[in-house]
Amino acid sequence: MTKRIDIHHVTRVEGHGNIVVNINDGVVKDCRFDVIETPRFFEAMLRGRPYLDASHITSRICGICSTGHTTASLRASENALGVELSKQTLLLRKLVFHGEILDSHLLHIYMLVVPDFLGVGSVIPLATTHRDVVLRALRMKKLAGDICAAVAGRHTHPIAMTVGGFTHFPTAAELKDLQSQLINCRTDVDATVDLCATLPWPQFERDTEYVSLTKPDEYAFIDGEIKTSDGYQLPIEKYEEVTNEYLVPHSSAKLTRHKRESLMVGALARFNNNYNQLHPRAKEAAQKLGLKPKVTNPYLNTAAQVVEIAHCVEDAINIIDQVLTRGIKFEKPAQVNLGKIGADGCMGVGACEVPRGILIHQYWIGQDGNLTGANCVIPTNQNVGNLEADMKVLVPQIMEKPVDAMRLDLEMLVRAYDPCISCSVHVMKVEKKPTS
Amino acid sequence: MSQTIRPKVAFFDFTCCEGCQLTVVDSLQRHPDLLDAVEIVQFREAMTEKGEDYAVAFIEGSCSRQSDEAALKHIRERAAVVVALGTCAHLGGVNSLKYLHPLEDVRKYVYGDKAEWYETYDVRPVEAVIKVDFAIPGCPIDRDEFIACVKALLLGKKPPIPDYPVCVDCKLRENVCLYDLGKVCLGPVTRAGCKAICPTYGQSCEACRGFISDPNDSSMRKVLAEHGLTEKDVNSLYTMFTTYQVRQKLMTDSEKPGSNS
Repeated sequence: MTKRIDIHHVTRVEGHGNIVVNINDGVVKDCRFDVIETPRFFEAMLRGRPYLDASHITSRICGICSTGHTTASLRASENALGVELSKQTLLLRKLVFHGEILDSHLLHIYMLVVPDFLGVGSVIPLATTHRDVVLRALRMKKLAGDICAAVAGRHTHPIAMTVGGFTHFPTAAELKDLQSQLINCRTDVDATVDLCATLPWPQFERDTEYVSLTKPDEYAFIDGEIKTSDGYQLPIEKYEEVTNEYLVPHSSAKLTRHKRESLMVGALARFNNNYNQLHPRAKEAAQKLGLKPKVTNPYLNTAAQVVEIAHCVEDAINIIDQVLTRGIKFEKPAQVNLGKIGADGCMGVGACEVPRGILIHQYWIGQDGNLTGANCVIPTNQNVGNLEADMKVLVPQIMEKPVDAMRLDLEMLVRAYDPCISCSVHVMKVEKKPTS
Repeated sequence: MSQTIRPKVAFFDFTCCEGCQLTVVDSLQRHPDLLDAVEIVQFREAMTEKGEDYAVAFIEGSCSRQSDEAALKHIRERAAVVVALGTCAHLGGVNSLKYLHPLEDVRKYVYGDKAEWYETYDVRPVEAVIKVDFAIPGCPIDRDEFIACVKALLLGKKPPIPDYPVCVDCKLRENVCLYDLGKVCLGPVTRAGCKAICPTYGQSCEACRGFISDPNDSSMRKVLAEHGLTEKDVNSLYTMFTTYQVRQKLMTDSEKPGSNS
């Protein structure tokens, strides 16, 4: 048996990637996911820029997780400069973060994944055949975007988030309105769970090392420590022990591995590592979806995103309660004292769980307040090695299928990871060898 | 309103964050009727189908490698109308910050001794490679402006992009001028159309939409200096999104690419 699959630019993912599989006489010769995004060079471009610019520049790494990049960037600068945040700032940061998680997960579930199960090429035909589903998706997504807009001005490239706090605040009336919309949204969340519980998720298991942030008191999205499902836990400053980026000649982004050949980050890793801290309604959703940690089917990363939607809606309702009880105040961003920076400059690491997994920014800042160095570790880079390892196990299991069915299985696997390839700040160019 | 002919429209992306295409998707939340007015034949981020027959091409992202030029020319040959979507395509955008460092240094900083594996060159806007008929500015684009531009294109008109400064938008929103709050802002020389969203949310305009066609550049620099900015600070402000536009000036100053300052 000889089969060749070459999916040039996988569609319905963010950024550019190719799937290459070659089977000769029943033997898998090639099995790769090539990242062919143009190199972005953000880390090099950050050097010499004022620390206050860093989050404005790095939010442009990714249109989907720009609030996440902003958050990691601000936390890196704040940790470097020793800035303490107020309770209100912490609450508003979490609220806007939930808005982004919801927006991104909804986009992925409804617009990128669901079309595969309904046998269509995009969400567009569903507007005619499944109008209620599409309207629900748009309604929920609009609410997610409105949360971001109320707090930070807009979702893609947030404005009001700055080192030490915010430069604009939502009114109590805006927050109350969002809260009542979130409460109404519970029906839509239930409908989303019910829909996803009926989807025939492909059956495939491959255990791996699941890596996420973790916090003692809450389901971690911002700050915390790095936890792995193999029992390791370490402070974020030691991220390189886990992310451990390495380059491979054949393809794709800088890859990562920890104790195994590869590791997985994202909703499924968070679910596996921090299940106990999910809101009860999210646990209910997990039960309906048949998810119980530890889940080792990577296709179910999308289902774990559904669980997180339920969690974030409930947590956003709670956060707004807390902000309103405290009373929303105009607070100047916490002061930064550059005079404290020594001759060697200062360094800080910021970490958060963006929709696709752990995101790390590390900055070095000089006495003049300008960055002297930067490193950004992107979740999709961390996942590419695991995705390829999955493909290598999956392909022999499905190689009797017709090529079109194999293609779909592989594309669905790539989409399950929700890769955000344009986000891969540092990626490799791939010269594809001509296959004879 | 039913159209007998729906123009075929395609979306493409080069070096960018894809945030402008996401803004297009988001604009459909408020204007699902847009889908009845055009036929989208290619939009990789959102659909599997890849049609090669299109009248209007929206291009997001800058050109940052030689090998992308052929793809851009391919699009130009097919499309009757090419629209640059957002700052990266329109101006080069944040990608052009690369100009502030020697190219070899930038490559080595990120990829070390593997730098040769990654093809890149001096970032440029789309119009530096192919003829662009219209640009929708902004990082990201403004949803309402995008809708207004699509409507204009459907009517065979020129998209209504203002050529007056952000200050006009800012006054219409009754914002207190950031200069009165002790901050600085590039609003006086930057193209409006964004509803002054950044000053409204407490941040300085960083000229993501590019400059108006007759900016009073020398006065702008004088005002910034009066507010305590050094020449280095001013250059920093002027290079966030518009390094490609001001690079000639920078090259006559001390901060030439290659000088490593």
